[in-house]
Amino acid sequence: MSAVTDKAGRPLIAITGAGIVSPLGRGKTENWAALTSGRSGIHRIARFPTDHLRTTIAGTVDFMTAPEDGSTALTYALAEAAALEALEEAGFSGDFGGPLFVAAPPVELEWHQRLALDAEGAALGESEAGYDRVLAAARAKTHPQNSGNVYFGSTALRLKEKTGARGLPITLSTACASGATAIQLGAEAIRRGEADRVLSVGTDGSVTAEALIRFSLLSALSTQNEVPEQASKPFSKDRDGFVMSEGAGAFLMETLESARARGATILGILEGCGEKADDFHRTRSKPDGSPAIAAVNAALADAGVAPADIGYINAHGTSTPENDKMECLSLTEVFGEGLGGVPISSNKSMIGHTLTAAGAIEAVFSLLTIRTGTLPPTINHANPDPALLLDCVPNEKRDLQVTRVLSNSFGFGGQNTCLVIAAEPA
Amino acid sequence: MAHSAVITGIGIVTAMGVGIEASWRALTDGSAAVVDTDRFAPYPVHPAPEIDWSEQIPKRGDQRQMEAWQRLGTYAAGLALDDAGIKGDETLTGTMDMIVAAAGGERDVSVDTMILGEAAAGRSDTGVLINEKLTTELRPTLFLAQLSNLLAGNISIVHKVTGSSRTFMGEEGAGMSAVQTAVARIRAGQSTHVLVGAAFNAEHPDMLLGYEMNGHLARGPFRPVAERASGEGGGLVAGSGGVFLVIEEAGHAKARGATIHAAIGPVAVDAGEADGTQARLESLAVEAGIDEADMIVSANSGALARSAVEKSAAARWPEKSVRAIANKTGHLREAQFPLAIAVAALSIAKGQPVAPLESAEAPANDAPGAIGVIALGHQTAEAMVRVATPEPTQ
Repeated sequence: MSAVTDKAGRPLIAITGAGIVSPLGRGKTENWAALTSGRSGIHRIARFPTDHLRTTIAGTVDFMTAPEDGSTALTYALAEAAALEALEEAGFSGDFGGPLFVAAPPVELEWHQRLALDAEGAALGESEAGYDRVLAAARAKTHPQNSGNVYFGSTALRLKEKTGARGLPITLSTACASGATAIQLGAEAIRRGEADRVLSVGTDGSVTAEALIRFSLLSALSTQNEVPEQASKPFSKDRDGFVMSEGAGAFLMETLESARARGATILGILEGCGEKADDFHRTRSKPDGSPAIAAVNAALADAGVAPADIGYINAHGTSTPENDKMECLSLTEVFGEGLGGVPISSNKSMIGHTLTAAGAIEAVFSLLTIRTGTLPPTINHANPDPALLLDCVPNEKRDLQVTRVLSNSFGFGGQNTCLVIAAEPA
Repeated sequence: MAHSAVITGIGIVTAMGVGIEASWRALTDGSAAVVDTDRFAPYPVHPAPEIDWSEQIPKRGDQRQMEAWQRLGTYAAGLALDDAGIKGDETLTGTMDMIVAAAGGERDVSVDTMILGEAAAGRSDTGVLINEKLTTELRPTLFLAQLSNLLAGNISIVHKVTGSSRTFMGEEGAGMSAVQTAVARIRAGQSTHVLVGAAFNAEHPDMLLGYEMNGHLARGPFRPVAERASGEGGGLVAGSGGVFLVIEEAGHAKARGATIHAAIGPVAVDAGEADGTQARLESLAVEAGIDEADMIVSANSGALARSAVEKSAAARWPEKSVRAIANKTGHLREAQFPLAIAVAALSIAKGQPVAPLESAEAPANDAPGAIGVIALGHQTAEAMVRVATPEPTQ
């Protein structure tokens, strides 16, 4: 039996449960079948009117909750489904008893709630529409039904109750790197000896008109609305932005020692995490790519491995002109020209950008890549960007047994977080 | 644990003033709290003080890219880095970890009002109305002044803190977890120096609205925290401000000749059902070693139900004077626990107790050797930590 500590003497971290929901479906089986067959989960938005919008497509998850339940209900439902799948796989029914780390989108009152409050204020005799009237309505009676849209910690607190997690759950945001940060925080807690097992979840059900407009005003979204399935085209010459999407991913992680002691199936090892903040600009990366390079190198160093040990890269690959160029540049710096022959593909070509959840969802897909010996493709790769020299597993999945994957997550606000996930040591 | 954590930098901007000297004066001179009872009437609010932003955010372009909470936080972070002697030292800021507790940003009141007005005037296609107004009226970069992680992002840009950047969310609990994680990482050798803190802008109707969904805000004339139950409303008076701490591994601080304000023990945190709160608070007190503290600095929000719980928990220490910092600053939500820690660390560093902040608080004369910081979120989450005179070996 191999060692239960890493080269630095820290406990090795086993992944013993994984869960996922994406626009492709619920659960690992459904998702992996769709992802590896190159199916897109992007479609026309039906949840809200799209008049006046430049982008009318998204990867909304429409099979979990009713549209009128709103984004916080969906965000929670996605998180719960992924978390319970991970717990069940790991063999924890009832209380799992470890700490909980949840990457969740920011919340705010939704428009139907603001409009209802204003109408209540009007009924109280307040004359002018606006915040004074809305506050008058709030003063007149409490609105606990709106709590989920007011309290940023509410998704995690509900999930704590549902799963029997211990202590104060941590809710976090590192923008589009959030899901990876949730996994990193969990790994660090295990390494500090605070817990034998942790649950890390990334969830996002926040595709609303206002959220879409905000990204659209920053020119971040694809406007290739004509054929929704073909809009997300990472590493293609005609890529023009990301496609907003929804979903959740979860890992149950524990010390390899405790997993073996209780006879759990070891799905993989979370070997390393690395991060580095960028101080260049709010939405753009430092032109030399040094923060992303530092994050990749930090993850490899944390895992105690060299670039040559990586068999496949799960790209951040958003399909924005900026990200894909910078990601390729940074990885070339670490892995060499043509990325040293390491294949790299973007799940976002099929599921879009699940934002807060992306890092967690893509960590689950990275794990499945190792377990099944199948690299998911980058679809919609009809028109390669000649400036990006890389093997993006174009259009069709590839059978290739890999034992170690690098998963990248980069976000607005200079967030860069990378994970190294490996097969169980022989 | 092989390592211990100390506080080497404090940045405070609240209604008490800008910086630690102005704050300390307000905490010891018996002056009245600064409260604005008109602007958001019937809600009293502790406003941010007058600030020359360019002292910590030199570029006008950077100032323009932020909303008030981000400016408050970025400014306070700059003060903390200055105080720690780290500001501008890119070797130190480039390896510095950062944990920010944040909520979301501030909405455009005029655009919201426009939409509410047209809907109230009879437009029934509200979904289309919302799209039409938001696409044409919103400032394109406003989103970046709203995103939770962009306070941290701005601190990276303005102050070059780039070792790592994590943003915790979830009201008071986010501030508790932020400090708890920072101290735990230092004690475990995962980090050598961390910038941790938060900011809150109370002077925005949408921020008040959040509290008022559950009836938490006090109304009418300002009352001290202990007397809120006899006033109108839910007891919480919001305050604007930003608070950041530089927490450092003791050996790291000593090696670079930093001034150590105070030692900070492990932070005990928890959350759960309301009926288990007293039991949780007892465990937290034991875990954090609050019994051995000379006095208490409380991050009490003023919210009535949780204040009552805190009061009965504090009955465990009848001999210890308590200082509810909200009397001077109002409640800064995510920043309130970091604020209470900052005040405790200042008191240790100054060798002088905080003066009573309201008539219900008992005087204290001796220099405190250790201060218990206790915090109950206005709805949920609890935390305690002991802040003490550093050991000579530190």
